Order: sequence, then structure tokens, then C-alpha cells
Amino acid sequence: MKQKIVAKGLHKIFGRAPEAALEMLRKGRHKDEIFAQTGMVVGVQDATFAVNEGEIFVIMGLSGSGKSTLIRLLNRLIEPTVGQILVDGVDVATLSKAQLVALRRRDMAMVFQSFALLPHLTVLDNAAFGLEVAGVGRKERERRALEVLDEVGLKTFAGKRPAELSGGMQQRVGLARALAVDPSLMLMDEAFSALDPLKRTEMQELLLTLQKEHKRTIIFVSHDLDEAFRIGNRIAIMEGGRIVQIGAPDEILRNPADDYVRAFFKGVDVKRYLTAKDVALPDEVLVMEAPADVNAGFESAIGRLREMRRNYGFVVDKEQRVLGTVSIDSMLRCLAEGRTTLEQALLDDIQPIPGDTRMSELISNIVRNPYPLPIIDGERRYLGAVTQTILLRNMAQETANV
Amino acid sequence: MSDFLPIGEWADQVVNFLLDNDSGTFGAIGALVGSLTELVENGLLLIPSWLLVLALTALAFWRVGWRFGLFCVAASGVIVGTGFWNATMATLALVISATLISLMVGVPLGIWTAKSKLAASFVRPSLDFMQTMPAFVYLIPAAMLFGLGKVPGVLATVIFAMPPVVRLTSLGIRQVNSEQVEAGITFGCSPRQLLFKVQIPGALPSIMAGINQTIMMALSMVIIASMVGAGGLGNDVLTSIARLDIGLGFESGLAVVLLAIILDRLTESFGVGQERKA
Repeated sequence: MKQKIVAKGLHKIFGRAPEAALEMLRKGRHKDEIFAQTGMVVGVQDATFAVNEGEIFVIMGLSGSGKSTLIRLLNRLIEPTVGQILVDGVDVATLSKAQLVALRRRDMAMVFQSFALLPHLTVLDNAAFGLEVAGVGRKERERRALEVLDEVGLKTFAGKRPAELSGGMQQRVGLARALAVDPSLMLMDEAFSALDPLKRTEMQELLLTLQKEHKRTIIFVSHDLDEAFRIGNRIAIMEGGRIVQIGAPDEILRNPADDYVRAFFKGVDVKRYLTAKDVALPDEVLVMEAPADVNAGFESAIGRLREMRRNYGFVVDKEQRVLGTVSIDSMLRCLAEGRTTLEQALLDDIQPIPGDTRMSELISNIVRNPYPLPIIDGERRYLGAVTQTILLRNMAQETANV
Repeated sequence: MSDFLPIGEWADQVVNFLLDNDSGTFGAIGALVGSLTELVENGLLLIPSWLLVLALTALAFWRVGWRFGLFCVAASGVIVGTGFWNATMATLALVISATLISLMVGVPLGIWTAKSKLAASFVRPSLDFMQTMPAFVYLIPAAMLFGLGKVPGVLATVIFAMPPVVRLTSLGIRQVNSEQVEAGITFGCSPRQLLFKVQIPGALPSIMAGINQTIMMALSMVIIASMVGAGGLGNDVLTSIARLDIGLGFESGLAVVLLAIILDRLTESFGVGQERKA
């Protein structure tokens, strides 16, 4: 996958003599020590990461962890002290003022926590702001602004002023303003943090929908674990100006790098972030390949199930795609009726479950169904089985871990 | 004063030096200011009083409300009835001229001090000086450099009245929401675009408040400026003091007060209007 933005050894020191502070950092001194001795603040320390094209990369941390500083280093709202920021291979840190302005107009947009709309402009003019600044003619920029306002569901509010809109709507305008310039890279700084939980979820969904239609690379700063897990393809966790862990949500969940990361999950219902494929076990249930096992006949299948003390088995095809579930009873019935293939013995009411199904949904499914459920990937290939026992065992484990 | 620190003598020498060596420039400035003031005053006197009252009332009605519209009619009636209309127009012309010059210098100066710490470090003490130095004191060098009449009056008024608009412009620019400024930069504003599209619009309520204060201070100063022959209502006030004429003093003073109230409410309404939209 192509890397859209790469940060290498990015540092930001606030103070009069950043070189001295850098030297102290190199010698392994802690930022608190540096502050006590020199009064200089280490905002970001040695941030190194790569974000793939089309990815939503969440930077998460508590307030004061440097996440807002880090995102501002990427478009040089804050000048980095040292380090590289490569966007499509070009080092942003070394661009001249004019080149930087050109890059911001063309390919980078930002959404702000306080929305940062211009109160004296209408919603339409706000949405068109980036284009206006770039010198796009009135007709063309208003056409484009209306288009993006339509995408965020605010077309009818084009003539209003921002102050006449609710917070959620204002941030839709903020989003529209960013989308209007059609950037390949979007920076979102706590974009939904100022909204109430309901509106926040709504905006997250809107963002994911937009992302489905048009893949953009998004760097999203958040302090909200829920949000990070919902929208993030990968998450970087920051503490005290340093990135302490980068990984996919479930990786971080399963292997927290240190106590700080673990502390994030305290009091958080981890089950909510697990999916069916996280708990499914591949060897729990007998899996039979449909055409190949036909000759072996029902007797052998029934025999193998009885041997394993199981009532149910899964049937897959040659490519390991799940065809369905059979039971001893259904096979016996088939035998009695003179039918001979496994496909004919499939139980109609058992549907395979996609691997990315959330635990909460999975639980309600399992409670209704006494039999094991096959878990499948996007191509219906068999990933494993979930039974009531597996689920209970898993929940018991989670409880023990906390 | 005979002291070991003869600052007064130095000030005297500076003014004399300027007078001896650079009278051409002062002449040009004087001519410019003089013609601006004449232009405004003649313009105001050219309009028939009833038309001006009508326009003023309409403006008051539109910006503030019908009560204030009525007040404008009544106030104008009092001024015309006491025979001070022309003097009031002369004073208004002085105020307008002084305010225009103050804004032309003060707004850019305010923007500059907001952007540059260096500028702020020498502009701020100068503003303190301009505001707290007793107003009469400016009249002496002004009269020496520009002679008697409207010109030194207007220029002394500019010095006295400019600080509020400088301060409030600077404050307004600095107080524009930082994320709005960041948004401007992020979407690729050049420094110029940032100033005109984000910072000045955001600072407008504060700038309007500064303009309002500048107008009020200009009004109080042009009365004092009658001492150097600026004319207008100040002349009548001055005469009433010289003659201990209570009646004349009250009438001319009342005209000043009424003019002040009208100017204050009207200019204030423009600032509030901006805030309401924001």
C-alpha cells in the first residue's frame, strides 16, 4: 500500500533555545527534567509514523499529550523544531512559504474542534472559503460548495449564518469546507469532541460514509477511545509528547504496550470492541468438505460427529467457503428420505456470521441459537466457530483480566 | 522652570527646530488637513438643515429604533431653535475630519501593533503619552507649527482622539478566535488574505467600539481646540466663560451634549449590529 504521509523523528520544543533541549533529549533526559531546568516545553518528541493512502489514522491521547501539536506540525501551523514530514514523498518541513501555501490550497484541509467557521460569512461562503482563497471564480466555487453541502446534508441552509446553526450542523459546514477543496489528506483535530454523544456518533457515521464513497487519507486526533475504535484503521497512542504505541485497534486492545495504554481501557467495556473473528475457534466444530466427503456417506459423517460428541457440523466447499450447517438429526432424516448429499441435509435457519460482527450482536445471536455458528470472512471462507461455551469462556477471561 | 533637567527647554528647541527647518512639510500637511475640514464643513452647510435632520432621523430610526428617531428630531429642534445649528455643523465637521484622519492612521497602526511585538513596544507608551498628556498642551506646538485656526485644532484632536481606535483595533485583531486564524492559514490564506478575510472581519466589533470612542474623544477635544481658533460650538463655550454668561454657556453646552448623544448611539449601533451577526 502506498504511504501518503510519513513523519520521521519529528520534534517540537517550545522555548528560547530548542537546540539545547534537543541535546538534553538526546542524552536521555526526561521532558519534565528539561522543563524544570530550562523552562522549555517538549511538545512532541521523536514522532515517527507512516500513514497509508486511504487510511483513517487516529492519534489518541489525554489532554497535554501533544496530539494537537503533532497534527499541527503536519501542515506547519506549528513549525517543527527538527524532523521530516513527507507528504507524497515531498518534505513539507523544507517547503518555502509560497510552496506551503500552494500545498495547503491544493491538497490538505483541516477540521477544527471549535468548528472555526467565519461568523461574518454565510454557510455557502464558509464552505467555499478554501476555493475563494485559492482564487476560484464565484460561480465555480459556489457550485462546488453547494455540492459538498449537499453531501453533508446542509444544502437548504446555504444562505444561513453559522450562528443560526446547531453545533452538529456547524461542524458539518466545517467538514464541507474541508471537502470542498477535494483534498487527498484531511487533518481533523478533535473534530467531533465538542458535540453531544448522539451528534458525535452521527458525524462519525457521516465521515465513514463519505470515506466509503471517496477514499481520503485522514489523520484524526481524538481523546475518545470509543471514537478511535469506531473510525480508526490504525491508532497511535500518545503520552507526554511521545507516541507509545501504533497499531490496529484490536492489536492495541490485545497487546497494550504499557500501563499507560492499559489505563486507557480501564472501565471500558472491551467486549464492545471485539468482533466475531476475535473469539472464533477453528477446531471446535467438525468441518466437512462437501463434494469430497459425499462418497464417505452420511454414516461416516454421523459417526465422526458422535465420536466428537457433537450434534452439529459445518459443510464447506473446496475453497473453504461455508455452505451451511448439518446436524445428526438432519442427516438421519435425509437418509430416511433416500437423499444422499450433504448439501441436502443443510439446516435452513442457520446463517453464517461475518467476522467483523460486534460482540454485542453476536451474543444476542448465540443466545437465540443453541448450535454453533460458523464465522466467515468477506468471501464466505470459514474462519472458525462460536458456540455458547466459547463465548462464556471468553467473557469469563475478560472479567479475570480486568 | 529652572531645574537641572531642562526637558521643557528641549521640547521648546525641538518645536523651534522643526519650525525653522521643515516648514514646507508642515505647510503641505496643514493645507491638506485644512482643505479636508473645509470640504466637510461646506458639504454639511450646503445641505439644508431640514434635509440633514430628516436623514439623521431616518438613520436613527433604522439603526436604533423609533424612540431614538424621535429623540433626534427633538434634539435637532433644540439646536436649531437656540440658533446653534451652524456652530454645531462646524463642530461636527471638525469631529468628522479629525476622526477620518485618526482612522486612516490609527487602524493600520493598530493592525501593525497586533502583528509586531516590536511595534507594540514603542506604540503603546506613545499612546499612553498621547492620552494622558493634558489636552491643552498639544495646542501650543500645534498652533506654532500650523498657525491659528481649524488645522491645529484638527491635528491636536487627532493626537488626543486616536489612541482608542489604535488600542481596540490591536486588541480586536489579537482576540480573533485562534482556530479561525488557523483555519484561514490552513486553507491557504496569504498574510494579506488572512488579514482581510479573517482577522479584520473578526475584529470588526472591537474596531467599531474603538471608532465610537475616538469620535467621543474627538468631540470633547474640538471644544477645547477653540482656544486656537478652531471655531464651532467651542467658540461659544469659550465666550461664555470669558463673559461669565451662564445662558450662553448652557445653550452651547447643551448643543454639545445632544450632538454627543446622537453620535454615540449611532456609531455604537454599527458595532452592536456586527456583534449580533457574529
